[in-house]
Amino acid sequence: MLSEGGSFMKGMVVGGVFCLVLSLLGSFSPVTESRTDGNDHHHHHVKAASKDELQQLSDSRLQELNDQLQVYCVVMVQPKSLVYWATALDTWTKHCDKAEFYTSEASKALEAIDLNEKDDWARLRKALKHAYENAGDIRWFFVAQPNTFAIIENLKYLVLTKDPEQPFYLGKAVKSGELEYVELNSGIVLSYEALKRLVNVFQEEEKCPERGRQLWKLSDDKQLAVCLKFTGVFAENGEDVHGKGLFNSKTVDSLISESMKQNPSNVVEGCCSDLAITFSGLSANQMQVMMFGVYRLRPYGHDFHDLLTFFPPEGSDND
Amino acid sequence: MRPISVTFTIGLIFGYLSLRLLLTSMFPIELVSDSVKNEKNQLHAYNIQREASQKSSSAENPPNSARILCWIMTGPRNLESRTKHVKQTWGKHCHHILYMSSVKTDFPTVELNVSEGRENLYWKTIRALQYIHQHHQDQANWFLKADDDTFVVIENLQYILSKLDPEKPLYLGRRFKPFISQGYMSGGAGYVLSKEALRRFVEGFQTGQCTHFSTIEDMALGKCMETMKVEPVDTRDVKGRQTFHAFPLDHYVIRQLPRPRPWHMIYDYYEPNEGPNCCSDFIVSFHYIYAVQQYVLEYFTYHLRPYGYSYRFWPDEIVEANNKTNKGG
Repeated sequence: MLSEGGSFMKGMVVGGVFCLVLSLLGSFSPVTESRTDGNDHHHHHVKAASKDELQQLSDSRLQELNDQLQVYCVVMVQPKSLVYWATALDTWTKHCDKAEFYTSEASKALEAIDLNEKDDWARLRKALKHAYENAGDIRWFFVAQPNTFAIIENLKYLVLTKDPEQPFYLGKAVKSGELEYVELNSGIVLSYEALKRLVNVFQEEEKCPERGRQLWKLSDDKQLAVCLKFTGVFAENGEDVHGKGLFNSKTVDSLISESMKQNPSNVVEGCCSDLAITFSGLSANQMQVMMFGVYRLRPYGHDFHDLLTFFPPEGSDND
Repeated sequence: MRPISVTFTIGLIFGYLSLRLLLTSMFPIELVSDSVKNEKNQLHAYNIQREASQKSSSAENPPNSARILCWIMTGPRNLESRTKHVKQTWGKHCHHILYMSSVKTDFPTVELNVSEGRENLYWKTIRALQYIHQHHQDQANWFLKADDDTFVVIENLQYILSKLDPEKPLYLGRRFKPFISQGYMSGGAGYVLSKEALRRFVEGFQTGQCTHFSTIEDMALGKCMETMKVEPVDTRDVKGRQTFHAFPLDHYVIRQLPRPRPWHMIYDYYEPNEGPNCCSDFIVSFHYIYAVQQYVLEYFTYHLRPYGYSYRFWPDEIVEANNKTNKGG
C-alpha cells in the first residue's frame, strides 16, 4: 500500500515538473500581439483603431482628423492595359482626394503624366517624386495598379489615428529572405514622412540606385523596401481590429473559394475583413461589379453608426 | 528499469494538471496555443455580437414585419452543390424556409409526389403551393419561391412588402411581358405571392379554373394569377430601378453604349436600363448564382462596406419629398 502511495507521489512530482518546464518554454515563444502604435513602432503590424479608441476622441478632434485626412492616389498605368486604366478612372479612383495616373508612355485615349520610362522601378521613383512635389496639403499616399480595387474610405479609417509626420509604409507585408516588403499589387500606403525620407534617399545612388543592380534585379516593390529600409522605414502589415489583413492580392471570388475549403461552416467570416481596403487581379467588369457591391448594394435597415462621415464624389453615377 | 505502475501514471497526470491550474491562475502566462484559441474565441464572440445586433436592427426596422415563408425549388442532385450554400447564406434570413424536392431527406427536404426534370417543374410548383397552403398557411403572410441558384436579400424584400397588404391578391417579381397579357414573373428571379394570392391559386386548381396546361412553370403560374385576378406589382424602386433580376449583376450593371435590347432583356415588361442605373441599391434577387457567388454576394451585401460612407440613395427621403410636393401642388 505504502509503496503504491509512494509511486503516486513520484508521479505527481514528475508531472508537475514537466508542466513547469513546458510553460516556461511556452512563454519564450514569440508573442504576436504588440501594445501601442504611438511614436515607436518597431513591430510589424498596423491595426485600425477600435471603436472604443475612437469614442475616446472628442467630436471636434474626430472632425478635425476626418477633414484633414486626405489621400493622394498614385496609379501606375500603361497604354497596353488601357481597359484597366479607363475602369480605374471610372471607379475607385474617384474616391481619392487627388488621383494622378502615371504612365510609361503617352496614350492618345487617356490623359496621364507621361514619365516616358519603360523600367518599372525607375518609373515608380519618378512617380513618387512627382507626388511628393505636388502633394500640397495631402499627407497620405496610396500607390496602386489599375487592376487593383481600393476602398479609400477604409484606407482612411486604417490611418485615421496615425500621425503622417511619422514614417508609415503599409500594405500586405511579405518576406523574401531577409527583406520584408509591401506587395505592390495589393497597394502601398506611404505617410508623408516616409515619402519624404524616400525622396531624399533617391539622391544616394549607392543605397538606392535608379536603375537597380543589373546582375541582380529586384522587382520594383522590393527595391522600394530596400531604399526605405536605409532610411529607417520598415514594411508593416495593415490589419483590422481583429488582426485580419486588409490588403488582398487576390480577388474576392478567389478568397471566398479558399475559405469554402478551409472554413466550410463559416465561409464569409473566415474569409475577408468587413473593412477590407484592396482586392487585386480583377477584370475590368469585376471592378464595375465591385463598385456596385461596395458603394450601393446593402440591406435596408442596417445602420452602422460609424464615427466618421465620408461623402460621395461629385459628378459620379455609379456610387 | 522498474515497470511504470498505474499509480505512478495517475500521479503524473494529476501532478501535471494541478500545477497547470495553479500556474494559470497565479500568472496569466499565455502559452502560444492558448493565445491563438483566445483570438478565435474573440472573433467568434464579435461575430455573434455582430449577428445579434444586425438581426435586432433588421427585426426592429421593417414597419409592419412582413413574415416571409421561403420555399426553394430543388432536387436530390443539387443539395450538395447548390442548396447547401443557399441554406448557409440567405436562407437564414427567411422566417421559415422549405426545400421542395421529389425525395424526403434530412437536409431537410419536403417530398412532393412529383419526379425531377424540367417537364415536371409546374407540377412541382402546384404541389408545393398546395402543400404550403395546407400545412404552413398561417405561418406567414407572404410566400417567396426561389430556385437553388437564386440569391435573395430578404430585408429588401421586406421593405417592399411592408408597403403592401397581404390580404390583397398580389404577385411580385421580375415582370416579363410575353404570352400573358398582364405579364408574368420570372421563375429564376424569384416571385412572391401574398396570402390571398396563394389562396386563390389553390382555389383555382380546386375549381378547375387553373390547369396544368404547360410545363413552363413561371408562365403557367402567371396565367393562373391572371385568371384568378391576382395583380402584378411594379417592384421597381422610386427611381425606376429594378429589384428582382433574372441574371447575375454583371449582366446588367456594366456600362454599355446605347444599343437595342440584348437577348437577356427581351422579355422585360418595363423598359430596362443598362449600366449603373439598372438596379436598385436595395436589390431583392439575382439568378444563376452558384456556390462561390452565393457567398460573394453575401459578403458584398452584409459585410464589405466603405466605413462612414454617406450613401446617395435614401428612398424614404425621396418618398417624403414627393408627398410634400404633391400636397403643395
